Parts: sequence; C-alpha cells; structure tokens
Amino acid sequence: MKRGITIQFIPHKEISSLNSDNKIKRILKIVKENKIVILEGKLRPDEEARLIEITMKQIDRKFKGIEIASLEESVSFDFIYRIKSNLAKMLLGDKFGLSIIGPASLVKEIKKDPSKIELMMNK
Amino acid sequence: MVLKRFFGIFSMLFRRRKLIKLGFYGPVNAGKSSLANRISKDFTGEETFNVSKIPHETREIQIKEKVRVKKGNKELDFNLIDTPGIATRIDYTDFLKHGLSAKESKERAKEATQGVIEAIKWLENVDCVLIVLDSTENPYNQVNITIVGNLAARKIPVLIIANKVDLKKSKIKKIESAFPQYKVVGVSALNGKGMDNFYEELFKLVR
Repeated sequence: MKRGITIQFIPHKEISSLNSDNKIKRILKIVKENKIVILEGKLRPDEEARLIEITMKQIDRKFKGIEIASLEESVSFDFIYRIKSNLAKMLLGDKFGLSIIGPASLVKEIKKDPSKIELMMNK
Repeated sequence: MVLKRFFGIFSMLFRRRKLIKLGFYGPVNAGKSSLANRISKDFTGEETFNVSKIPHETREIQIKEKVRVKKGNKELDFNLIDTPGIATRIDYTDFLKHGLSAKESKERAKEATQGVIEAIKWLENVDCVLIVLDSTENPYNQVNITIVGNLAARKIPVLIIANKVDLKKSKIKKIESAFPQYKVVGVSALNGKGMDNFYEELFKLVR
C-alpha cells in the first residue's frame, strides 16, 4: 500500500491574530493528524519554548513529539546588510523566515545546515 | 579610626557572599552533568550528578549548592543547577535499545517529558547559563536555537560550551559559526581539557 505525506501550509495571516497558545494549538492539531506544517514566518523564542512544553504534555503511546526547524538569515557582519535586514525584520515582524514542524513518528530528523533544510523521514 | 577598622573587620566576617545561580542547559547527552561534575570535583572534591550513556539520565533539576570556584586571586560562589536535556521528541522505544525493560522505558519516557517542562520553567530562576553542546553534533538544531533565543530575550548572560573536544569528530568552528554573537569555549568534561580557559571565561561571564 502506498503511503503519502501531506504537507500543510499555514500562511502568516492565518495565525497572526491568534494568541500564542492558540497558535500552538493550531499547529499541534495539524501535526497530530500526521501532517507536516510549513509555517510562513517564525514563532518567537518564548512561543517555541511553549510549543516544546505543550508537546511534552501531550506525548503518549501514539504521539512521540515533534521535529522542528526554522529558517532565517544567518548573522552577517556586513554593516549595510545588517541595517537592511533589521529594517526588513521591523517591517515584516515574525512573518520573516519559514518554519517546518512535523510529527516525530513521520519525520526522523530535520537537518539544518544552515541555509538548507533536509527532512529525514521514518521508513 | 578604630571604630572604622572594627566595622571593616565586622563586615568582612559577616558579609554574605553573593551566590550565583549557574544553569547548565542544552540538548540531551551533551554532557551537562559531566561538566557540572567536573566543576564540582575540581573545587569540592566530589561528583554530585548522575551520568549515563542512556539518554535522559537527568530527569529532574539537580542542584549542588555553594561551590566556591577559584581562579588566580578571584573566587566566586555558585549554585550549580543541572537541568534535564531539552528535546522535542521522546519515544520510549529508544530506551529499549539501551537495554531497559518496557516498563522501565515507559517510566523513563514519562519522567523525561516532565523533566523537559521543568527545565524550561527553570529558565526564570538562573542568573547565568552555560549552554553545553556536543561538539561532534550539528549545532544548527532548533532546540539549541530555542534555548539561546529564550536566554537572549531574558538578557541572561550565556557562555556556550563545546564539549567532547577529546573526540576526533569534534568541530568547535561549526558551533562558533552557528552562534557568532556568543563566546564559545571548547572543553572535555571527561578528561578536563580546556577547563583552565573555561574558568577564565566563566569569571568574565559573571563580572
């Protein structure tokens, strides 16, 4: 039997109005349906920590946790480039970047190095 | 004059030294407990924390109180706070591979999830943090980035420790490029390599 993988895209506008807990609830609901979430933008560090906390609370026989990776620009020491980048971040806020969140039962590992993401899937 | 000297001696005798709450944070099996043990052994002569090759050996916050660290003519008192490794996934079947029974594995997994939650909560209670990373592993791990991000948001001073430099696969440079805004110190908690430099950087961190 063939097994497919579902990737669900969440645009920033879909969760930008939600508070942190509801944002996390929304993400985890999709992940627990065995789908990989591609989120436009990034969670804040406190939201990522909260996501880990809530994930830990929900771990059971079926749900083993998540794999997560966020992509954003690497730190540059070029002064002009940093100004431009910070300006873009100011204007776009947490819309800047991209996050991938998948269920641990499906995604074995997400390798980030640092500007590309590789998803290693479970057999 | 005599009175001033008297009060000087009196305050020296009864002055309470500031205790610095030093948190050990990082992913699972990076060597947090081993490093905490190394510091504890260097200055108190005893190892306090349990160490194991089985992941999630530390499942509760463990504290070694009042460790006086000395370097040259400087000394500081620390509470060493060893935290459970932070992970985004915990699968009890992983523990079966390490020879634990199904019952033990399930129990360990349950305790490990609690440990991760506790470690995150304790971010509020530390004065400065050592983020201990396994220098043979890829540092671009979201857990590391999340820990660093949370500490930066709380303005807690951070020193990144590239542990396991005794191993051939160790790559400190990779950790330095992953976290260019932080000081990275290479050590081997196992054999003590790099500890002198580490203590120097620790004093700079809490200055």
